Amino acid sequence: MSHPARMSRREALLAGAGVLWSVAATMRGRAAETALVTEAVAPGIHIRRGVDEDASAANGDAIANIGFIVGRNAVAVIDPGGSLNDGQRLRARIREVTQLPIRFVVLSHVHPDHIFGAGAFEQDRPEFIGHARLPNALAQRGEYYRSGLEAVLGKGKAGPVVVPTRLIVDRGQLDLGDRVLLLTAHPVAHSDCDLSVLDPSSATLLAADLLFVGRVPSLDGRLKGWQSALTSLKSVAASRAVPGHGPVSVNWPSGARDLDRYLDVLLRETRAAVKRGMEISDAVASVGLSERGKWKLFDDYQGHNVTQAFKEVEWE
Amino acid sequence: MGVMRALSMPAMLLAFGAGWGLNPAWAAGAPATAGSPDAAGPPDADETERAERWKELQHALFGDRQIQDGSAWLGIDAPARALDAALVPVSLTVKGDRAIKGIYLVIDNNPGPLAGHFIFGPQGDPHSLKLRVRVNAYTYMHAVAETRDNQLFAAARFVKAAGGCSAPAGADEQQALQDIGHIKVRLMQPFAAGKTMEAQLMIRHPNFNGMQMNQATRLYTPAMFIRTIDVSYNGAPVMHLDSDISLSSDPVISFGFIPPQKGQLKVLVRDTKDSTFGQSFDVPAPAG
Repeated sequence: MSHPARMSRREALLAGAGVLWSVAATMRGRAAETALVTEAVAPGIHIRRGVDEDASAANGDAIANIGFIVGRNAVAVIDPGGSLNDGQRLRARIREVTQLPIRFVVLSHVHPDHIFGAGAFEQDRPEFIGHARLPNALAQRGEYYRSGLEAVLGKGKAGPVVVPTRLIVDRGQLDLGDRVLLLTAHPVAHSDCDLSVLDPSSATLLAADLLFVGRVPSLDGRLKGWQSALTSLKSVAASRAVPGHGPVSVNWPSGARDLDRYLDVLLRETRAAVKRGMEISDAVASVGLSERGKWKLFDDYQGHNVTQAFKEVEWE
Repeated sequence: MGVMRALSMPAMLLAFGAGWGLNPAWAAGAPATAGSPDAAGPPDADETERAERWKELQHALFGDRQIQDGSAWLGIDAPARALDAALVPVSLTVKGDRAIKGIYLVIDNNPGPLAGHFIFGPQGDPHSLKLRVRVNAYTYMHAVAETRDNQLFAAARFVKAAGGCSAPAGADEQQALQDIGHIKVRLMQPFAAGKTMEAQLMIRHPNFNGMQMNQATRLYTPAMFIRTIDVSYNGAPVMHLDSDISLSSDPVISFGFIPPQKGQLKVLVRDTKDSTFGQSFDVPAPAG
């Protein structure tokens, strides 16, 4: 973003003091204007509600729940957003709340709606934190996502593919001064590189896409892996969780109930279909229909989820 | 509005959403024709081009041989709009008692259009075949059956899917390589001597087709895919398949065979690295 400090010396010299003042005021005004809206779900934890839609030029891929945690010494971003602009607006919001340095940007997994805002934070030189398998996933898909996103948002609007500078193999910590965030790198679940964040000081779990509420889950990893990830997350000491999609905060672990049921139905009915010798094309049309009407975007994702589940279950 | 229209395709939306990772719909560039999901068939403007393509392919694959309309008894079925272009289920059926030597599956607009050539042995039953393929662009698929008296018959099906060939590899790529060559067979009916049984053959193989790019190194994952599959029953051929880059990863193929008595179904798979994977299965399957 442009910023008075970025003005060239020549521009500054040419501009009278009064003009410079008004430019700075305009900049501040614009920054306030473009800052996105967040809700404080716990002291120091600010979350933006993503819309329950798929990426479009109109929504700028601002479809995931993203946000930041403010500690005594530093800020951690937990998912920088779905596009460069989404990240810039999140950064503007952070600067409304605090001037503390942005030391950490967590990339919860490879999907574009969560991470393409990372480019907005390169100026802060933070550590970009990701699952140990994230670099490989980005190598496989990063450019593919970027060009696809650009086709939706317009040229130059996707944002760069930012690779993590610190990898989490199993567990990790981010020290913000008065609060230490605990990171867990999960086995293959929603995706093959899911990272969750626990803030023990406020008993808040930031589950990213390991938790969907209201919007139909999307399976791009391993169904049974997702179930076990959810089981282990339900036992962490948290009283609330922030889903990757849905409301900015739900009670925990009761907020996992719908997702639990969805995954259970998907597994049970896909298994039954495979056992009956059903073809994958027939399973797609019949599995999990009791969940229809309970989730937004169900019809857009269900067939794909069943296909994924089928491929997994038929090898059991 | 091309892009926006294209976006109304659920398959394409998936790619960005909460996020299916692998959606291939725009890997090969979103087709401009994506905007009419409910149209019954392909847009007329492209029909001439498609007919031309098929004519070229006929010539390349079958030379000057005449191909008759087989649609009265030869069936080719696939979802009109694929949910996953890297895994499009295709079913090939033959009605009646014609003596069938083999069936070709042609995916007109794929980089390697001849997806497979099945040749039936004395123990094989050509009436029903099922397989899963990658589809790279909106395309006609053709089934071409060759009778034992060397006549060719064709049937066609239009499929809306795109990008299946160059879609990035799946989340479980490492696992797939670990398990390579693992073979399973499911018998879909109880055994009765001399009666057709349907077998579902599952093979763990990533079937890298050389079109998946590692975006960081800009290098393509080297091709390594299944070349041939041979199935025999007590030593007598059931089916031979010459396959190509269009077969999905972890191929699943259903076919019919006729066991004259109890015995063993044997599967032999050979890939482009000349690695062979084989396994034998008891018929009927052992209890439990």
